[in-house]
Amino acid sequence: MYRYIIRRLLIVIPVIIGVSAVVFFLIRSIPGDPALILLGEHSSEESVEKIRVQLGLDKPKVIQFFYFLYNMARGDLGRSFLTNEIVSLEIYKHFPATLELTLCSMAFGTSVGLLLGVTAATHRNSIIDYVTTVISVAGISMPIFWLGLIAIIIFSIKLHILPISGRLDPTITFKARSGLIILESLIKGNFTVFKDALYHMILPAICLGTIPLASIARMTRSSMLEILSQDFIRTARAKGLPARKVIYIHALRNALIPVVTVIGLQFGSLLGGAVLTETIFAWPGIGRLSVEAINARDYPVIQGCIIFFAIIFVFINLLVDILYAFIDPRIRYD
Amino acid sequence: MKKLLGTLLLVSLLISSVAFGAETPKYGGTLIFGRGGDSVGLDPADITDGESTRVTEMIFEGLVGFKGETTDIVPVLATSWTVSKDGKIWTFKLRKGVKFHDGTPFNAEAVKFSFDRQFDKNHPYYKYGKWEYAEFALEPLEKVEIVDDYTVRFTLKYPFSPFLANLAMFSCAIVSPTAVKKYGPDFFKNPVGTGPFKFVEWVPKDKIVLEANTEYWGGRPYLDKLIFRVIPDNSVRWLELQRGTIDAMDGINPDDIPAMKADPNISFYQVPALNICYLAMNTEKKPFDNVLVRKAINHAINKKAIVDAFYRGIGIVAKNPIPPNMMGYNDKVKDYEYDPEKAKQLLAKAGYPNGFETTLWTPPIPRVYIPQPTKVAEAIQADLAKVGIKAKIVTFDWGTYLQKTRNGEHEMAILGWGSDNGDPDNTIYVLLDKDNTKKGVASNIAFYKNDKLHDLLIKAQQTTSIPARKRLYESAQLIIKDDAPWVTIAHTSAVAAARKYVKNFAIPAISAIRFTRVWLDK
Repeated sequence: MYRYIIRRLLIVIPVIIGVSAVVFFLIRSIPGDPALILLGEHSSEESVEKIRVQLGLDKPKVIQFFYFLYNMARGDLGRSFLTNEIVSLEIYKHFPATLELTLCSMAFGTSVGLLLGVTAATHRNSIIDYVTTVISVAGISMPIFWLGLIAIIIFSIKLHILPISGRLDPTITFKARSGLIILESLIKGNFTVFKDALYHMILPAICLGTIPLASIARMTRSSMLEILSQDFIRTARAKGLPARKVIYIHALRNALIPVVTVIGLQFGSLLGGAVLTETIFAWPGIGRLSVEAINARDYPVIQGCIIFFAIIFVFINLLVDILYAFIDPRIRYD
Repeated sequence: MKKLLGTLLLVSLLISSVAFGAETPKYGGTLIFGRGGDSVGLDPADITDGESTRVTEMIFEGLVGFKGETTDIVPVLATSWTVSKDGKIWTFKLRKGVKFHDGTPFNAEAVKFSFDRQFDKNHPYYKYGKWEYAEFALEPLEKVEIVDDYTVRFTLKYPFSPFLANLAMFSCAIVSPTAVKKYGPDFFKNPVGTGPFKFVEWVPKDKIVLEANTEYWGGRPYLDKLIFRVIPDNSVRWLELQRGTIDAMDGINPDDIPAMKADPNISFYQVPALNICYLAMNTEKKPFDNVLVRKAINHAINKKAIVDAFYRGIGIVAKNPIPPNMMGYNDKVKDYEYDPEKAKQLLAKAGYPNGFETTLWTPPIPRVYIPQPTKVAEAIQADLAKVGIKAKIVTFDWGTYLQKTRNGEHEMAILGWGSDNGDPDNTIYVLLDKDNTKKGVASNIAFYKNDKLHDLLIKAQQTTSIPARKRLYESAQLIIKDDAPWVTIAHTSAVAAARKYVKNFAIPAISAIRFTRVWLDK
C-alpha cells in the first residue's frame, strides 16, 4: 500500500511538467498583450515596451519557458504581473477561503445527497423519489447566480437572519494564519469570530452545495437500486435483519464505490474555485483570483493556479483510490 | 416694523444656528465603502486603476492637489511655487512640520526620492516598479534637485504648463523613503504616506482597512476607521447598502438608480465625469478622407436616442471632445443636428448618393464611458443604414482592439478616454493632434491632422496664463467641430450612493472620493 502511495505521489512530477508546458504555451497564444491590457487606453509605445522588458516578455517564448521551469524547480512561481505579489503567496492568501467553503458545501451536499439518494431508492416511485429527482435536476440546472440572489433576498433581506455576503463582518479583525477562519477561531476559542464566520458560511455553502448534492443523490439512488435487487440483500432480509441495518450497512456500503468517485470529482472541481458563488457572496477565494488573472493576462498567476489545481486533482484521485480499498476490502493495491 | 424685522432676524438667526448645530460634524465611527473590485496595489506610482487610486489617495498626498471637487490646482505638500520666465524651472517651497505615518520627516529629500525612483533608471529602487504613469506624467521632466531642506527645483526639458496638473495626479504622490527602503518590492502592500488615513490591513479580494491619522497636518479626519470592502456583484452591493451593512458604494446598475433615488434612507450622488466616448473616422481611408462624408455621418446618428437608451441616466450627449465641466469648454460650438435628409444630401454631394459599405468597430467590454458598447454600435449601424451606409460591426478582444485601432486598421471605431489630470491638453492634444498619429502607437485614431490646430495646442502647452489657455482651447474646439474627425457621442457621470447619515460625501470631478471631511450623523 505504502509503495503504491509513494509511486502515485511521484506521478505528480511529470504531471506538473506536462501541465506547465501546456499552460505556458496555451495562455501565451490567447490574443491580448498583458502590458497593453495593464495600461489600457493610456499606454504609449515606450511604456508598453518598457513593461514588456520588465515582465520578461521581450525574450523568446522557449527561453521564457526554461526560465520558468528553472525557477519553479526552486519553488519560485514568480510575481504577479498585475499586483507584483509573489504568486505562491497569492495562492496561499486565496485558497483557504475556497477550501473552507468547499469543505462546508461538500459536507452539506454529501450528507443530504446520500440521505435523499438512499430514501429515493428504498421508496422507489413514491413522492420522495419524485421530489429527489426534481431536486437533483434543479440542483444541476439552476443557475447559482439566481439561487444565490434569491437566498440572499429571503434570508438576509426579508428575514434578517443571515449576513448577505463576505466571510466575516468587515469590522472584525481576525488574523488566521491558516486562513481557515472557522477552524482557527474555534481552536483559539474566539467564539465571536467563530459564530460570525459560521453565519457567513451558511448561504454560500448551501448554494454551492446544491451542485454536488444533485449528482450525489442521483448516483446514490441508481447505485442503491442496483444493489438492492441483488441476492445478498435478499439473503440479509431473509435472515431477519432489521431493514435499517440492511440498507445502511449491507446495501449502502456496496453502493458507495461509484458515489465516492463522484464525490472525489466534485470535491476536486469545487477546490478549483467556484467563481459564480465567490462573486455573488463576495467570497475572497481562488476562483476569483484565477478568473481575474485570466482577464488581465497575468501569466504567472494563471500558471501558478493551474499547476496548483493539477496537484490537487492528483491528490484527490489518490485519496479516492485509497478510500476504495477501505470501502471494499476486495480492492488491493499491492 | 423695526421690531418685526428684529424678531425676524432673531428667528432666522436661531433657525440657522439650530440648523448649523445639527450639522456640527461628529468625530468617530467606521465607514464601510462597498466597491466592485479589489485594489491592484497601494504604491501610488505603480498603479493604473481606479480601485487602487481611491485607496492611495487617502494614504498619500502630492505637492499639489485638486481643490475640493473641482479640477483647480491647490497647494498640498508644497506651500507655494514659482516658474522661471522660460517656463522650464519650477521651484516649490515645501510644507514644514509634516511627518509620514512611520515618523519619517517630510522634506525635499523625500520629494526627490519619490520622483527619482520613477524615472531615473540608475536609482536603486527603480527596479521595484513598472511606473506605468511616469512615461506620461513625468515625460517633460529632466531632473529634480534639492535646493535646501524645504525647497525643491524641477527642471523640464521644454516649457509645459500642464505639468502642474500632472503633479496633482495620484502617481506623483510623495512616499516615505524609509518605508520604500524597508519594504523594497513589497512596498505596494505596506504603503506609508503623509495623508489623512493610515494603512492598517489588506485582506485580498475582501477588504482594506485604514485608520485616522490623528497627527494629520490638516487636522485629523472625522472618521476613526475607513474600510473599503470588495463586493463584486452590483446587485448584492446594493442589497448590502439597503440593509445598512455598508455605508456607501459605487458601481451602480443603471436599473437600480430609480430605487436609490426613491429610498428615504439613501442619498444618491451624480456628477459629470471627465471623459468622452467618440466614434473616430479614419481620415486616412476612403471615403472618410472627405469632410462631407464625415459631416454626413455626424448628421445621420441620433445621439440623443442612443444616450437615452443605453446610458440610462448616467450620460449626456457630447458636442465637444472635452466635457462641459473642464477648463476651456466651448459652449458656443454648434453640434451637427440629427437630420438624415441632410446626411443624404451631403453624401450625394460627396459622390455617394447610394451610400457605401464600411466597418464599424466597437470595444468588446464595457468601459466607464460606454456601458453597453455592442448596443451603441447596433444603434449607430441602424442609423447609418437609414442613409444608405452599410456598416458591419467588428470587434476583438480588448488588447487586440487597442492594438489594431492604433495601427489604423479600422474604418470607423468607437473608443473613449478618461482624463488623467483634468487638463484639456490631456484630452484634445492626446486624441486629436497630428503628433499622435504614428501608426502602431497612435492615440489619435482618426489620424486627423490639422496644422492650425497643432499650433494652437502647442501654444496652449507653453502658455501659463489660464485665460489665454482657455481661449486657445475654445478656438481648437471650433476647428475640430468643423473638420468633424469624430462623432462625439457622450460624456458619462460618476455615480455613488450612501446612507443618509453619511455627511459631507461628494464625488470629485477627477480622482477619488475624499473621506477626509466625511462624518457620520448617527
